[in-house]
Amino acid sequence: MPGNALGVVGKGVFLLQPTPRNSAPEERMHPRPTAAAAATPEQLAAIDAAIARLQSLPGACLPILHAIQAALGFVPAEATARIAAALNLSRADVHGVLTYYHDFRSAPPGRHVLKVCRAEACQAVGSDALAAHVAARHGAAVGATSADGALTVEAIYCLGNCALGPSVQLDGRLCGRVDAARLDALLAAAKGADA
Amino acid sequence: MSAEAIHARLYVPRDSAALSMGADEVADALVQEAGERGVTLELVRNGSRGMLWLEPLVEVVTPQGRVAYGPVAPEQVAALCDAGLFDEAAGKAGSHALRLGATEQLPWLQKQTRLVFARVGVTDPLSLGDYTANGGLAGLQNALQMQPSAIVEAVTASGLRGRGGAGFPAGIKWKTVLGATADQKYVACNADEGDSGTFSDRMLMEGDPYLLLEGMAIAGLAVGATEGYVYLRSEYPDAHAVLTTAIERARAAGWLGKDLLGSGKAFDVHVRLGAGSYVCGEETAMLESLEGKRGVVRAKPPLPALVGLWGKPTVVNNVMTLASVPWILQHGGAAYAAKGVGRSKGTLPFQLAGNVKQGGLVEVPFGVTLRQLLEDFGGGTRSGRPIKAVQVGGPLGAWLPAGKLDTPCDYEALAAAGGLLGHGGLVVVDDSVNMAKMARYAMEFCAIESCGKCTPCRIGSTRGVEVVDRLIQGQDRAADEALLRDLCATMTSASLCAMGGLTPLPVLSALDHFADDFRGR
Ligand SMILES: Cc1cc2nc3c(=O)[nH]c(=O)nc-3n(C[C@H](O)[C@H](O)[C@H](O)COP(=O)(O)O)c2cc1C
Ligand code: SF4
Ligand code: FES
Repeated sequence: MPGNALGVVGKGVFLLQPTPRNSAPEERMHPRPTAAAAATPEQLAAIDAAIARLQSLPGACLPILHAIQAALGFVPAEATARIAAALNLSRADVHGVLTYYHDFRSAPPGRHVLKVCRAEACQAVGSDALAAHVAARHGAAVGATSADGALTVEAIYCLGNCALGPSVQLDGRLCGRVDAARLDALLAAAKGADA
Repeated sequence: MSAEAIHARLYVPRDSAALSMGADEVADALVQEAGERGVTLELVRNGSRGMLWLEPLVEVVTPQGRVAYGPVAPEQVAALCDAGLFDEAAGKAGSHALRLGATEQLPWLQKQTRLVFARVGVTDPLSLGDYTANGGLAGLQNALQMQPSAIVEAVTASGLRGRGGAGFPAGIKWKTVLGATADQKYVACNADEGDSGTFSDRMLMEGDPYLLLEGMAIAGLAVGATEGYVYLRSEYPDAHAVLTTAIERARAAGWLGKDLLGSGKAFDVHVRLGAGSYVCGEETAMLESLEGKRGVVRAKPPLPALVGLWGKPTVVNNVMTLASVPWILQHGGAAYAAKGVGRSKGTLPFQLAGNVKQGGLVEVPFGVTLRQLLEDFGGGTRSGRPIKAVQVGGPLGAWLPAGKLDTPCDYEALAAAGGLLGHGGLVVVDDSVNMAKMARYAMEFCAIESCGKCTPCRIGSTRGVEVVDRLIQGQDRAADEALLRDLCATMTSASLCAMGGLTPLPVLSALDHFADDFRGR
């Protein structure tokens, strides 16, 4: 494609004058920890176990990353080199896969993970207001973890429960017709079980 | 136990929509009540009947057939039992206000033509016995007696078109794969179902998983593939669990594996999970992802039918496409083609979503109008306000204004109305929704999900968000509107795949039909 392909778009105006306001799409990634803690021996063992169990699968990289996150809640930085070595890939390859997919976290989440559906059918019945409520009431905006480490809130784009929105997934469990009151009750029950 | 001890058989769905409304808690409460009342309870966890606004829907088997109650909250179970729920088993009608009557007589179900969803909600999804007792495997058994080309011929004759969005004739695709020579071929089922407003793939996989496996096996026989993969989105953990168990049981029963139903022919299925990327539903991105890589779209040609998974000839079909095949092999291509209209043959499981009073799944022949779906089945909006627009076909589909509700739902008629049918999902919004906001969201979603391979989509979507914002702000409306249309034209004509290529559809349809919303009102 020619270097100034977008020149045809609005005669280059876009490239020359990006508007500062509101330009970034909603952040789906997670805030990176300022200094990533080194993985513990247990975490390294979990990484190696996932690799050993799955490395013979065709196209094993994605299944291994899933397995590591399922075990640890995130994919520690040390996983990249180990997966690369086991699968005979470059570290850049593995890093590329890890960072391409929205599912994978590079830092541990809060004790509970709430995924709020932001897609059209849930927007149509108030998911924006629900996300605003979570931020105001439970201290975590979409893409962030509450200061007490209790709750990570993530955006998700459709949970297949579009007739019963707004839908959320709390710690892997699907919940439908979630208004502010129902959400408070769900979170209270989840946090109550921690104690 | 006393002489009049009751034995009751009840159904409580395990479909995740039902679970999201407390079906497990209802099931637990029923077990407890039955225990306390000395009732012998046989509890079946079925799929959902698709009347999702009635979930959890409890059914009790009576001498006259199944009787439905819903929506049942866990705390209502005791009152239900007091009002004679268990006595229904002995033929005494219960009196609770949630009693809906005989399930099969409910108008919502009566008005449907369920070919693909015939068993969903009726049977225990994981019971091999239920499956065969209700017509399962008949299509595969027929296929095993046929030459591959005859199977392809039957699918071609049925007129079945791909249900994943593009509507490409399945028979033609299969013929290409059959004609390719290779040491290995694959069947790759696209279960990424990323479109907002769609859940038919999920309901089928949770409610009748063997049907998908049977369809994949038939596809394998037709094209000479011995391995199948299901690419399932990670957002569907319940479907994952059901499908995994179904595959294990099907293997153990000889429905999959080296010796399909004792025929000596081989076909096996594996499940792989996606990882939260919408564009991985695009077939070539899906293949990349199945190979364990970044889900970046491949240039076509070569077609996946010739150079697909790990470079081998591959049938890529949507869940609904593959699940339509067993019926066709059982009843013949002509019987299928007799349903529907024009070049849209057969039935489509429509999904009513968003701000709709009676949301759920409706399987009817093509040709039904949007109004029939949204008003007769859907009952209008949940909020009670007027329907403002409906987005048909997911985030890349057009927003159609209420004035277009008499459009028939078939591939050609929707295209003529400026939209697309896609995977058959309908998302309703009422008049409180600002369509400029939805247009902005369409660009934003494209920016979030773009695979990044081509410039119009990768950069154009972010610029699109900015222009919509400026347009709403209204400093130089005429210039910004011209810019937005120019940008959309570039994305439409110069994007490599439909992600960038169709994002302008929801944007421009909103702008064309709801210009006022872009004037900051
Ligand atoms: C951005 C994008 C997303 C798509 N998502 C899906 C999807 O989730 N499921 C699906 O079956 N097809 C999806 N498709 C369509 C597939 O590319 C492909 O046409 C389809 O899987 C072929 O199967 P079919 O002929 O049975 O429909 C998508 C296409 C695009 C461009
Ligand atoms: S249109 Fe978008 S998603 Fe499709 S190939 Fe181009 S960048 Fe990737
Ligand atoms: S749009 Fe929210 S569950 Fe589908």
